[in-house]
Amino acid sequence: MKLSIARHFRTLLLPVMLILPAPAWAALTVEIIGSGANQIPIAIVPFRAEDGMAQKITPVVAADLARSGLFRMVDAGGVVPVPYEPADVNYPVWRARGAEALVIGSIVPQAGGRYEIRFRLMDAAKQTQLVGIAYTVAETQLRLTAHKIADAIYEKLTGDAGVFATRITYVVKRGTRYELQVADADGFNPQTVVASNEPIISPAWSPDGTRLAYVSFENRKPVVYVQSLVTGGRHAVANFRGSNSAPAWSPDGRRLAVVLTKDGGSQIYLIGADGSGTPQRLTQSSAIDTEPNFSRDGQLILFTSDRGGSPQIYGMSATGGDPRRLTFEGTYNVSPRFSPDGKSFTFIQRNGGRFNVAVQDLATRQVQVLTDGAVDESPSFAPNGRMILYASGGKGRGILAGVSSDGRVKQRLVESSGDVREPAWGPLVK
Amino acid sequence: MKRILAALLIAGALAACSSTPTQEQEGAKVEDRTATSPPAEPSRPAPGAMTSKPVGPGAVAMDPLKDPGNILSKRSIYFDYDSNAVKDEFRPVVSAHGKYLGQNRNTRVRIEGNTDERGSREYNLALGQRRADAVKQMMQVLGAAASQIETISFGEEKPRAQGSSEQSWAENRRADIKYPGE
Repeated sequence: MKLSIARHFRTLLLPVMLILPAPAWAALTVEIIGSGANQIPIAIVPFRAEDGMAQKITPVVAADLARSGLFRMVDAGGVVPVPYEPADVNYPVWRARGAEALVIGSIVPQAGGRYEIRFRLMDAAKQTQLVGIAYTVAETQLRLTAHKIADAIYEKLTGDAGVFATRITYVVKRGTRYELQVADADGFNPQTVVASNEPIISPAWSPDGTRLAYVSFENRKPVVYVQSLVTGGRHAVANFRGSNSAPAWSPDGRRLAVVLTKDGGSQIYLIGADGSGTPQRLTQSSAIDTEPNFSRDGQLILFTSDRGGSPQIYGMSATGGDPRRLTFEGTYNVSPRFSPDGKSFTFIQRNGGRFNVAVQDLATRQVQVLTDGAVDESPSFAPNGRMILYASGGKGRGILAGVSSDGRVKQRLVESSGDVREPAWGPLVK
Repeated sequence: MKRILAALLIAGALAACSSTPTQEQEGAKVEDRTATSPPAEPSRPAPGAMTSKPVGPGAVAMDPLKDPGNILSKRSIYFDYDSNAVKDEFRPVVSAHGKYLGQNRNTRVRIEGNTDERGSREYNLALGQRRADAVKQMMQVLGAAASQIETISFGEEKPRAQGSSEQSWAENRRADIKYPGE
């Protein structure tokens, strides 16, 4: 199989990468704690002609796969001749090293400063090719291409979509300055989307990954904005009397569920994602109803309500009405987010004085607490449902962290300066 | 003379009220990368609206809102953890502002709710809103009109006291009454 997706890169990825020019100060670095139950042993051979390149490919691929906790890196050094093509591969050598899979490839400079990157994933036991893809990309897209290769390997060997080429958003507070940033899923390439001397909270990705909705206090009250990551243009979409907050995108990207107080109390409404139309009220309570989140099929909304006396997670039809309480353990369950398959949701549960990430199965109501930090907040699923990104460490010194949805693998994304909070994992961009 | 002066002062107050967006613009410090121009500065009262000459001491009482000896200079109402009940000790303050608004129908205020840092940011935003709303409701009982009061919340986002002690948390569980220009 050989497939060129260079055109695809040009049209979809270039605009986003070029139009957010402000460099952030420091990249996030990733620490991995724990590992998956069954790690796949994989050897990744440096690609032909990779040695002289400023942006290497295979180290990024290896770091991505290792970070998932589902792979174990097998030493690829010292094999002569170094295999770059299937015919070069001496399979018994790799099997002797314990590798079940082998990644080989080459980089060929093209005219106009572009590169052709070819990689193959080989099955060391069956001695067959599992995946083979060629990409022709500009130098600025080399790192992204490495993430795409890691995605292809991950998908082939685990059966789940890879999310290494996705992006995350979060807020960094440095002194009195707040920056809403977007970065690659591994924390590299951070870009400042908007900066303010007033707080920014609750960023939410549009389903197509081209816009962010968020709450800014720049007008000395909470107002919901939508900002394009393509053009940088932004506008207020909910700026009613009172407070406006907690934006959540409908799966078609055309509407937002928001929390307004214009009619008294914090209630959930539906508005146009461009701010058009009269807000349609979805909840009718005298309690707090907030933190809405749509299921991926758009049929259901999860939210936090204290209508029963303490904050708990409820579910209702996306057209409003008939809310049903879903959480019953403990007196403080907040910040619900559906899993991508809609079968479970993640949320924050208070246990004693601690706030931790938990997952509840919708059918069985079984709850699993996944983290043990003192103050964990704002969980969101990776688009493949395998990891949950959240903020940890408490106020003033927050970091981003990730935990696998089975609780076995933990990651910490550490920013070298500032207080990082309010993360949200972006969608798969096809 | 006194009547004319009073009329001028009211006119000035009215003009100040009509420019409430002014205070909302002052916090805008965001880098806007759009090509569109920033929002226009809202119209301020015409310079002529405030031309009343200063008067001798005693002719006009000190602004009761700023007189440290007047209860109206007190603007903060504190709350217990996870509570929006206005405690007895703060009822006189809320009552005084409610009565003042009842007597000054053209004055508009904003009540800003705040919480301590514990828990969900969005849930805390709603808790702060509930505190501001509780103060508003009490003011309405004392004569203020709903249209005179906008309630908003900062949640846990703008703590007056930094730190994670019970003392800091208590200081931040608060609603503030803000008059135009404040």
